[in-house]
Amino acid sequence: MTTTTPVEEDGVKRRDFLYIATGGIGAVGTAMAIWPFVDQMNPSADVLALSSTEVDLGAIEVGSEITAVWQGKPVFIRHRTADEIKAANSVDLETLPDPQADTDRAVKPEWLIMVGVCTHLGCVPLKESGDFNGWFCPCHGSHYDTSGRIRKGPAPLNLAVPPYSFIDDKTVKIG
Amino acid sequence: MSFEPKNPVVKWVDSRLPIIGMLHHALNDYPTPKNLSYWWTFGSLAGVMLVVQIVTGIVLSMHYTAHVDMAFDSVEHIMRDVNYGWLMRYMHANGASMFFVVVYLHIFRGLYYGSYKAPRELLWWLGLVIFLLMMATAFMGYVLPWGQMSFWGATVITNLFGAIPIVGESIVTWLWGGFSVDNPTLNRFFSLHYLLPFVIVGVVILHIWALHTVGSNNPTGIEIKDKQDSIPFHPYYTVKDLFGLGVFLIIFCAFLFYAPNYLGHPDNYIPANPLVTPAHIVPEWYFLPFYAILRAVPDKLGGVMLMFGAIAVLFALPWLDKSRVRSARYRPIYKQLFWIFLLDCIVLTYVGGKPAEEPFILIGRIATVYYFVHILILLPLVGLYEKHKPLPSSISEAVLDEKPSAKEAGNA
Repeated sequence: MTTTTPVEEDGVKRRDFLYIATGGIGAVGTAMAIWPFVDQMNPSADVLALSSTEVDLGAIEVGSEITAVWQGKPVFIRHRTADEIKAANSVDLETLPDPQADTDRAVKPEWLIMVGVCTHLGCVPLKESGDFNGWFCPCHGSHYDTSGRIRKGPAPLNLAVPPYSFIDDKTVKIG
Repeated sequence: MSFEPKNPVVKWVDSRLPIIGMLHHALNDYPTPKNLSYWWTFGSLAGVMLVVQIVTGIVLSMHYTAHVDMAFDSVEHIMRDVNYGWLMRYMHANGASMFFVVVYLHIFRGLYYGSYKAPRELLWWLGLVIFLLMMATAFMGYVLPWGQMSFWGATVITNLFGAIPIVGESIVTWLWGGFSVDNPTLNRFFSLHYLLPFVIVGVVILHIWALHTVGSNNPTGIEIKDKQDSIPFHPYYTVKDLFGLGVFLIIFCAFLFYAPNYLGHPDNYIPANPLVTPAHIVPEWYFLPFYAILRAVPDKLGGVMLMFGAIAVLFALPWLDKSRVRSARYRPIYKQLFWIFLLDCIVLTYVGGKPAEEPFILIGRIATVYYFVHILILLPLVGLYEKHKPLPSSISEAVLDEKPSAKEAGNA
């Protein structure tokens, strides 16, 4: 059989180029067509629009706590007592699994605001319980202190602090 | 023919479950007539559209809510909020139309080339079953957005069953799950709309199984006689089908991106109102010929029976067509009747989309009568009396006969 396609010196035929070019365009086109099917499962515009929550702090007395909802997650807002703040500040950071100073976790020491989701596997910890009088996760036994830092148990990290700012003395905007 | 894998993993699997060999036989070395034209591309295009509909449908159901209070808004949520939701919904809605376009072309291809005749009767039947399932699925899918057309389409079509004597009313109540089209109806339609496409997949597998047992028909209508008449499916027809797919996707995308609502009805962007019927209700275009037949009869039961009969008679086609020659290429009279029949179906489609008033009622009646006359009277008679052109002795001969004349034309 004779070939009508000229073979170049390095053995590459024009047909090889055509195969690769066609396959390449096909692959790129397919990838572009698949992307919308993947992206449709990402948060939709109406979900993204719910990015911040404002909470009135006026009714929360010292030593009590409320749970707000931000992006579908519980957010603990605790009006800490002087004892709790003192306990949170008198810990040797070297001994913590996830070292972080209490002053880095609260803008105003009396207001501790954090996402109430255990960093182990996502359960909601119970307040005023556990070995450190902070939070205790009943699912797998993680103990958090009065600053929400992990002290004992399987959770790897401290309870997360969401972005927030105080609009005035009695209102906080989370998110 | 036989599949002898070299890869040890493939060998290990195939000796325990011969699935790779089966796929290899079906998609790779399936001996295909070497003279298939582009009219044979629509089967694979229909398969592609079934996959497109299932994939986009699964995506849509992730964001849709099947409840009368929320369905309409959830569709708008898909259009406005969900990432690429507009693309998914328009793909699904226009995809349904494209699916019917390729299936109708596929069916008329079969009518022209006599693909329903022995030994392909079961293949033809399975195709008709797929067609019926498609119509049921498309109808129920159209109800889900819960717009005005959805609601009143559901009301009219379910009321067809009310024409059945004695038990008709009970059946309609059973279909509705109440005394009017309401939330129970919407919920069951959603459930069935999700189920039926997978039933279609099952029947498609049977359709392909039957096809690969009896072999593909071809433009000459003559069976493959020896190796010279056939070529392996891959790469010849995989590439041909892929090229056809490329051209088809251009047309699909033209609708999708430039006229996504051209085939729809604006009334379906009005939320369903059980108290007010739109002034002019029409089904989607692919139901129009049958809708025209329904309206052609001034009797409730008669109209419904004739409409279902229009599809039922197609099942009898292999026995109604008495001609032993398959392809219209060698049947001079049938060839003309085919084009008249196609024109008749187009007229029915046109009339179905027009209001029920003169002259459309009369035209619809004439076209309806001709539809049945063609199938029940002309087809058997022509088969008996028609003198067919001489048939080539083989596919190869037919193909080679064309070549010299083409060369002469080229040289002249």
